[in-house]
Amino acid sequence: MSFKIASSPHQHNQRSTAHIMRLVALACLPGIAVQAVLFGYGVLIQLVLAIVTAWLSEALILKLRGKPVLSRLKDNSALLTAVLLAIAIPPYAPWWIIVIGTAFAIIMVKQLYGGLGNNLFNPAMAAYVLLLVSFPLQMTQWLPPLSLQSVDLTPLDAVCSIFTHYSCSGFSLPQLQANIDGITMATPLDTLRTDLSRGLTLDESLSRPVFFAFAGTGWLWLNLAYLAGGLLLIQQKIISWRIPLAVIASLFVLSAIATLAAPDTIAGPLFHLFSGGTMLAAFFIATDPVSASTTNKGRLVYGALIGLLVFLIRNFGGYPDAYAFAVLLANMAVPLIDYYTRPRTYGHRPRSELK
Amino acid sequence: MTLLTALIALGTLALIFGAVLGYAAIRFKVESDPLVEQIDDILPQTQCGQCGYPGCRPYAQAIANGDDINKCPPGGETTIRKLADLMGVEAKPLNEAQTESVKRVAYIREDECIGCTKCIQACPVDAIVGASKLMHTVLADECTGCDLCVEPCPVDCIDMIPVATTPDRWKWDLAAIPVRMVE
Amino acid sequence: MPGLFQQIQAGKLWDFHGGIHPPGRKEQTNQKPIAVLPIPDRLYLPLRQHIGVAGQLLVKVGDRVLKGQQLTGADNSMAVPVHAPTSGTVLSITPHTSPHPSALPELTLVLEPDGLDEWRQREPLNFLTCDNLTLLSRIQDSGIAGMGGAGFPTHIKAGLTQPVDYLIINAVECEPYISADDLLMQEAATTIVKGIDILCRLLNPKAVLIGIEDDKPIAAAAMMAACSQREHYYVRVVPTKYPSGGEKQLIQLLTNKEVPNGRRPADIGIVMQNVGTAFAIAQAVLDDHPLLSRIVTVAGDTLNQPQNVLALLGTPVSALLDACGFQSQPQQRVIMGGPMMGFTLPDLSVPVVKTTNCVLAPTAQELPAASTEMDCIRCSACADACPASLLPQQLLWYSKAKDSDKLNEYNLADCIECGACAYVCPSEIPLVQYYRVAKADIREQQREALKAEQAKARFEARNARLEQEKQERQQRNQQLAAARQQQQLASGANTAVADALARIKAKQAQTAPADERNKEQILAERELKKQQARDYQQQKAQQQQAHQATEPHSGQPEQTAATVNTDSKAAAVAAAIARAQAKKAAQATEQHTTEQQVMPTPDTGKGNEAVVSAEADPRKAAIAAAIARAKAKQQTQTENETSAPPAAAGTVDKPTAESNSAAPEDPRKAAVAAALARAKAKKQASAEATEQTAPLATEAVIADKVVADAVVTEDPRKAAIAAAIARAKARKQADSENS
Repeated sequence: MSFKIASSPHQHNQRSTAHIMRLVALACLPGIAVQAVLFGYGVLIQLVLAIVTAWLSEALILKLRGKPVLSRLKDNSALLTAVLLAIAIPPYAPWWIIVIGTAFAIIMVKQLYGGLGNNLFNPAMAAYVLLLVSFPLQMTQWLPPLSLQSVDLTPLDAVCSIFTHYSCSGFSLPQLQANIDGITMATPLDTLRTDLSRGLTLDESLSRPVFFAFAGTGWLWLNLAYLAGGLLLIQQKIISWRIPLAVIASLFVLSAIATLAAPDTIAGPLFHLFSGGTMLAAFFIATDPVSASTTNKGRLVYGALIGLLVFLIRNFGGYPDAYAFAVLLANMAVPLIDYYTRPRTYGHRPRSELK
Repeated sequence: MTLLTALIALGTLALIFGAVLGYAAIRFKVESDPLVEQIDDILPQTQCGQCGYPGCRPYAQAIANGDDINKCPPGGETTIRKLADLMGVEAKPLNEAQTESVKRVAYIREDECIGCTKCIQACPVDAIVGASKLMHTVLADECTGCDLCVEPCPVDCIDMIPVATTPDRWKWDLAAIPVRMVE
Repeated sequence: MPGLFQQIQAGKLWDFHGGIHPPGRKEQTNQKPIAVLPIPDRLYLPLRQHIGVAGQLLVKVGDRVLKGQQLTGADNSMAVPVHAPTSGTVLSITPHTSPHPSALPELTLVLEPDGLDEWRQREPLNFLTCDNLTLLSRIQDSGIAGMGGAGFPTHIKAGLTQPVDYLIINAVECEPYISADDLLMQEAATTIVKGIDILCRLLNPKAVLIGIEDDKPIAAAAMMAACSQREHYYVRVVPTKYPSGGEKQLIQLLTNKEVPNGRRPADIGIVMQNVGTAFAIAQAVLDDHPLLSRIVTVAGDTLNQPQNVLALLGTPVSALLDACGFQSQPQQRVIMGGPMMGFTLPDLSVPVVKTTNCVLAPTAQELPAASTEMDCIRCSACADACPASLLPQQLLWYSKAKDSDKLNEYNLADCIECGACAYVCPSEIPLVQYYRVAKADIREQQREALKAEQAKARFEARNARLEQEKQERQQRNQQLAAARQQQQLASGANTAVADALARIKAKQAQTAPADERNKEQILAERELKKQQARDYQQQKAQQQQAHQATEPHSGQPEQTAATVNTDSKAAAVAAAIARAQAKKAAQATEQHTTEQQVMPTPDTGKGNEAVVSAEADPRKAAIAAAIARAKAKQQTQTENETSAPPAAAGTVDKPTAESNSAAPEDPRKAAVAAALARAKAKKQASAEATEQTAPLATEAVIADKVVADAVVTEDPRKAAIAAAIARAKARKQADSENS
């Protein structure tokens, strides 16, 4: 008999990477459910497609890199990337959109940078940007909420339109996008943007049916669902509260100031917070540990930077929603942020005093 | 005319930038040690002369004058890498086959020492004490392990023994702890 | 705004950054009384059980020692003595597996208890009447070193001359499982408080803060009760959080002060002592009971009866585990210390020492072994947990890259190795291990740099000295020359004649060919040597007749002429002669071979049968050895040189290495034989090297085998000889392969 030599500590809190990733994916469930109920079942098919593609491409690359396949697949990081991308793209986008996007995210953005932990950019967001730039049409074809749709969509319709571009009853996506009155409806952010560019005032635009209360119909509930999931993650200490708070706070403050300055052209803070992917970005995407800032002060800076970029691009940029660009740009700034926000070590004087 | 304007403009710009750069080069000059000092700092200071020079500083001088950087066996690969870094040249492998990384110190088998003082004369760092016809001994703390005393000894009573690891100097190599079978 | 002291008095507690909450699992042991272990069969007492240096040994193997007797001295301020924990006999003083993560052997005294447990004379002190110096020397002489884990000599901390504001008694015991201090407080609170009284007497602090974690309510209550009479003693119950028992962390918790980087707590007016140390001080001063035993928590699910035991220092861990019903599992880990900072033991003979507070034998389910290390996902859970506010993942990168500059920039040195970062790491990276390796590397680099600097200084000093000596010599010569010149000038006109004479002399010297002179010299010397050898032979023959110990050997050693004598003085003379001759011969043959390559190198090869006869005088043997070695070396050189010119067709007689050391009673003689064998091997090695490099030159060389006929009877040295031969052969082979 011999005794085992090991290095201290000999105790571990037994919370592994796989556990964390799984919890984050589970916290997306309320949002997914809301999206499925309000926007149709397309999202579920996208999820299945994304997860299968992610696993396959991850396994392929791991095999090529000569790494253990099964143990790394089990860390659930590919799963999480797939889920985030699937819920970010339009639910009725054609099947190859999600396949290309997921494969790009896993192969190019994650594995070619060295695998989990070594990627500079958030894989889901990099893939989203790639898709948005390459296939702008397909990536902006968001259907209005089911309640506003002229045609009732069945789950089977989702399958048909994703795989054949036409629903089972033969409607194309643009046709489905049209509402009862025959007017094409995009996302609230898109609509608002188009209206404002046509010279309408904010109030005129917000009176359209696609808007509900202070946000978009359906989108309000979707954002609330992600907010709930995110709060759960904070409560479980899976993510730090600093990044979401900084994102939300900076977006809120900036849009509040802006809407006071230009009440006719810039929407208010509540509209910004509860439209588009704000909550998804703040709680699920900006908090991706790999590509986010790692110091406490740095996280606040990083979150605020994302909020600022989202605000700028939404209101003054060329895209209706902006969190993917904002996150990627902030990712780039992370090493710099981390370097300048190092905490003061115990027993050391603050760096500012050292100079 | 246009051509002339362009030329003048570019010329002026070049002059201005040149002046700025020149000023910056003087104003913000980074004071650094002379090259020889820097090289000497990298060398292990064993003063063993295995490089063919009588000590580390002469070798540093020689490197600064363009000699090879791979002539220092006590420094090993690390020193060569650092030198390559400093000199901006390719790191070459050590020019001798054996790379000794184990630290050694000289040890005189005292009952065999005949007190000839030859090793004392050979030691570059005065790490051997003793007197003529009396036994000599090595100050292990001062010995640089340069091997220079081994050859002159007429009775071959000097060994180079590896420095034993003590708990204080242990490098946390857990894998090296031998697995002991019990019962 | 109340001052700090008022806030502390009011019971305010602060917090430190990070920290974790591992499951405590103290209920295994903290409800049971302390068991007293029977005296084991053997006690293993490492001579150094603290930070500092070991004291000088005061006993020797075979001595009987009494309980409490000092085994090592307190001969310098960093030395803390070790005492005999019970009466018994010193069996041996050998290296033994140390209670250190490296498990490297350290000098350990093995004591065999006689079971009588007989005390030495004891002299209790009254601490109220004796002076501080007496108290301090009593603390040092009683072998007290910090019992919390680090083992810093207590008398140094207690003898500080700086003013002390707060004396903090560390009873936090934040590591899971460990309840040794808890039990000590439950059972001996009043003695502990007496120990604190003594410390107060020495340090005179403004207040005493006793920090206890809130998972030890009974202990806290006992301490409060014991302290109730002392108004400036404050028992502070701190929330359970790891590592609040760390010195720096507890200081921050209780006083909101930080120990500045690179300084010690004393610099900010704080002294911290472990509660166990306070107890040991009380025992040492009031009962003259030196540090002989300590309370050790023995816990883990492989034990039937986890409990706290009072174990004598030096008790092997196996005795502790057996007393608690140890059921070993496959891949069993036995941890000395707690699960967060303890280290695994490679075997169970490791003894309990002054700093051992816990022995842990967990099952694999209880503390699962670390699974595979994954890549860092930059989640920063480590940074959130770090009590020193470091950035563990940055440190990890730079540790992997061995970038010591960056590691210093990120303050690796401030890491207390508490393990909180590795505890929370989702990728299960053994962060602390990386840091330890990096720290050890940096320490080594610093040592090397220091050493290089010293070497450089010494080298330069030596060069300067040599230069100075040279100049002095020159100066002296010049002065002498000047003096001579003056003399000559004074003596007048003789100079011209003298000059002419000198010129003639110089000319003569030039015309005489150097070669011939050498030749003549050589021939003369050889004659002389032969003569000496003959004399030697004769003498030896006479001696052999006189001693008649072994069969005589006749050889023809030419160059050795040791005037052998039973008198050791004569032997020394002989040695000197031998050396001189060896050297002369070396020079002769050297010149000889280089200058006259055509002439066959004469009998150098013949002088190889060094026969050692049995002589009673050890000195003589040593001489012979020296001669043999010198001869061997010389011969090596000769043969190397013969090989150099390819035209030379010298016939070199091949060494027949036969070391016939016949039945020596004297071990020295065996050593001689070994030396001979070595010498011959060396010679032969070079001969063979020659053969391969210049085959023309050494056609006639016949490689004989080294036959070392060590006809030694029952001499243990025989093995040594054999080893020497083997070594020689290996060396030869290596040489021939190299060439």
